[in-house]
Order: sequence, then C-alpha cells, then structure tokens
Amino acid sequence: MAKKGDWVRFHSIVLKAAERTAKIPEDTQQCDLQQWTKGFLQDESAAVGDAVTVRTAANRIVEGTLIEEGPYYTHSYGKFVPEIIEIDKQLRAIMWEGK
Amino acid sequence: MTLAMDYASVMGRANEIMKRSLGLDYQEFESGSIAFDYEALMNATGYTLEEVTKIQSRTAVGNTPLIELRNITALSRRYAAPGRGARIFAKDEAANPSGSFKARRAACAVAHAKKLGYKGVMAATSGNYGAAVASQAAMQGMECIVVQECYDSRGVGQPEIIEKARKCEAYGAEVVQLSVGPELFYSYLTIMQETGYFNASLYSPFGIAGIETLGYEIAMQCREMVGRDPDMVVCTNAGGGMITGTARGLSKAGSNHTAMVAASIDLVGLHMASDSQFNRKSCTTGHTGFGVPYATDPDHSDTPRSAARALRYMDRYVTVKQGEVFYITEVLANLEGLERGPAGNTALAAAFSLAQEMPEDAILVISETEYTGAGKHIQPQLSFARDNGIEIFFGDPVKEDKVGVNIVLPKDPGYIKHQEADITRFRQSLIKKACARAGVTSPNEQDLVFLAEETKTDIAFVKATLGLPQ
Repeated sequence: MAKKGDWVRFHSIVLKAAERTAKIPEDTQQCDLQQWTKGFLQDESAAVGDAVTVRTAANRIVEGTLIEEGPYYTHSYGKFVPEIIEIDKQLRAIMWEGK
Repeated sequence: MTLAMDYASVMGRANEIMKRSLGLDYQEFESGSIAFDYEALMNATGYTLEEVTKIQSRTAVGNTPLIELRNITALSRRYAAPGRGARIFAKDEAANPSGSFKARRAACAVAHAKKLGYKGVMAATSGNYGAAVASQAAMQGMECIVVQECYDSRGVGQPEIIEKARKCEAYGAEVVQLSVGPELFYSYLTIMQETGYFNASLYSPFGIAGIETLGYEIAMQCREMVGRDPDMVVCTNAGGGMITGTARGLSKAGSNHTAMVAASIDLVGLHMASDSQFNRKSCTTGHTGFGVPYATDPDHSDTPRSAARALRYMDRYVTVKQGEVFYITEVLANLEGLERGPAGNTALAAAFSLAQEMPEDAILVISETEYTGAGKHIQPQLSFARDNGIEIFFGDPVKEDKVGVNIVLPKDPGYIKHQEADITRFRQSLIKKACARAGVTSPNEQDLVFLAEETKTDIAFVKATLGLPQ
C-alpha cells in the first residue's frame, strides 16, 4: 500500500484503439495508446490497480492507475552473448598475433 | 474558458501551440508557395557561432577531443588495395556532459528558453537528446519533460530507450513514456499546452545552430593535428541535424571541399509505427526508418519547418547493417580502448569501409561517439534481440542480413562493406514531396532555386524531376 508522498509509477490510456489515427499500421491500430509516468502520490493511500492522482517531477498533476510502488530500473548489460567473445578473440588474432 | 483537449481539438491548435512554445513565428519565413527562407530561419536565432560557443562552454559542452583511431586505420588497411586506407579520426562527443553531441543542441535551446523567460523545456525523443535537454535544464535551473516512444503494447521496452529514460530522471526530469505510434505528438502538444514550456525541439534553429560548433571544431582540430581540412566527414544520420549542423560549421570554418557522407543502419522493410515490429529492431536510432523520411520530407517534424535539412549538405548516403555496427563497436573497445555507442558507431562502420576507397594520406573524420551504459551496449542489445527470436550468427551481412529476422555479424572485418544508397532518388523524392506538401503543381522561379538548394542540385535537375521543360 502506497502512502501520500510516495514515489510511484502509474499508467493511463491516452487514446483507445478506436480513437487512433488512420495513418498507422493495422497491428498498431488495434492497440490503445498507453502512457507510463512517475511521481509523488497525492491520495492518502492507494494499492496497485487503484485510480490515483500524482504530482510528477515537473510538478504536473496527472491521473492514472497505480502500477508500481517505489519503481526502479532493471535494465542491465544483458545475458552472455558468446559471439562477442569470438569477435574479441578474432581481433586480437588479426592485429597482434605474431608480433 | 477551458480548452477542449481531445485529439482533434489539440491537433487543430498545433500551429498555435508550436508558435507559443518556440517563441518564433514561422510564417515570417514563408513565401506562400514551396519556398521558404531557410537562412532567415537560421539567422532568427540571433546567435553567431562565437556566441553559441560561449553559451556551450558555460556548461562544459563542446571542445571535445578529436582522436586518431590508429589501430582501426591499420585494421582497415589490411582489407584495402595497396596505398589505400584513409586515416580515421573520431570526434569524441561522448565527452560532453550528457554523453553525446546532443548536449550541443540542448545547450543552445535551453539557454534561449531561459532568456525568453520560459519556466521549463520539453523534448519529444527516445534518443540521447532527452538526456541532453534534461542535463542542460538541470544546469540552468529549469523544469524538464521528455516524451518518449518506449514500449510495445505488451509494455516491453527497448533496453536502449529505457536507459535513456533513466538518464533523464537522473538529471531530475519527468519522463513520459508511450507505446508505439505517431500520436505521441498529440501527447506532446497536450503537455506543452498545459505547461506553457519551451519546445526544445531537435529541429529548431537553436538546436541546429548548436551543432555548427562541432563542424567548426573538426576543421580547426584537423588543421592543428594534420595541417589541413578533412577530405571526408561521415555522420550517423537519423533526423538529419548532425549532418546539417556539421556541414554548416565546416563551411563557417572555410572548409568547403570536405565530402559529407550520411550513414544509416539499413532497416528498410520494418515499419516504424508497427507495434509488432517495434522490438524486432535492435537499434533505435541512426537507422533508415528515421534517416530516409527525414531527409526526403524534413518538415514532418515537431516544428512547422525543420532546421535540419540533410539533403542540402549531403554528397553521399551510405547504409550499413546492424551486425556491422555491433561488430565495429567491439572493434572500437578492443583496439582503441574506447567503449562507446553502439548507435553512434554507425558512421564508424561506414568509415571503416569508405576509408578503403581513399588514399592512405586522406583524412576521414566520424563526427561523433556516444556514451555506453546498461541497456545501451552491444551485449544487452544482442541479448534482447535473441530473446525476441532474432537469429544472430557470423556471415556476410551484405548478402545474408534480413531486417527483423536476423543480425549477421561480419565473419571478419573484411565483410564490413557500406552500401551506396540512391541519393538521386532521395533528391527526386524531396522535390516531389515538397510540391505535394505545398499543393503546388507549377513551381515559380523562387521555388525552383529553393528546391535546387534543398537537394544540392541545380534547376535543370529540379525541372527534369518534375517533368518541366528545360
């Protein structure tokens, strides 16, 4: 349960699929235009899935659905990709072997 | 009175919102036909090159090192004919405060916004420019909102774009992330209307004026290091700002014989507004999906007229494959000790192969490097591709690359081969689109001169393209 002032991530639908412009591919046409933003919770308390009001980093008041309390990044340097090691080995062989 | 904020109402007010958010009335530059006064638009910034340099140096932007890539040059020469293999230099733009050349664009735009009394700045970008605007806003004490296209409809985001969001937030900016689609512009306008913030557009004259210092520095540093101007400058090309500003800066330094080459990753065949194809690409900028539409129709951006007009300055347009860019990124790290990119290394992949056409004493400069971080690195990008079902293998990228299906890493550096794009066709396309955009079928004399300048051609070429009598 997030309390007033907590840093949260929230979600909203900007345009429903039916409201989207015609100049986009068919697959995109079938999706809602979605938005994700973060900010300080303005409601006294809220749980994930609740409709909330949030004050963003730029001090805008925005409404949406709470999706994450204390949001953090999980992107990384990825999983092992063996080809990268192959490239390194090849470059050293071409450039420095026999020197 | 409360203004209607539905899609049609906001888009209907687009020109009015942009005028207020740019502090510029673009009508002043229009002729009423196809032509507009591009130089007057550029002069409307009111800043000389010296003033832009001063603005940038106040926030430690610019004056980045020009690094000779001696080992890459040596490697390139192994695949060149005897006596061939130009010396390759890189402008280390990753040394700017926000980690890319975009700091130059942002410094100028944000300083101008502050001077005009705006409380905050906004940018619509999924690239390095967001971090650049956020960094400048932090230094100049302004609010900042960055609007990104980041996720597909399942909420799966490109690791490279997520990293850029993190960096914006690190500088204190608000990041608004959207799913795939061009209606991002509607969200952007809505927030601009609500906040009254300055539109620090990538395509404003302030942004482009900021890049001129890059071209100017390249000329000056080449003169100091090798005693003359570069023979060729290769620019990674997406929205066209880099090549426009760099060429203008070189020209301001009196370097008028440098061949300007645009390089993009070949993503022909992927639809940029397709939700299902969004995560089938493994690079999010520097590709033909931006490069070609912006070159041939520059005015479809978030300003009434774009100050980035690539075909005015471009001598050649070449493409490389994703696998070649990933490979050269590893070469840069392993042989030069510089962990940079990957997207900004598009020009480097092209340069590696272009250098082999040129004599050994020729000077070839790539105009940028960019910072590397979690998500924004060849390992997470290749690993993300593999997770999305993209096949990765060593082979001949030119023959085997299938966009959205595989990434072909060159089986040795000799398989890095740029492909010449058909610049004549792009020039013809610009001319036809400009006529269509203005709704003009018989251009006047001023239009013909304008279209020749727009395409770095002559009136005879414009007339031939339009089927007009010579």
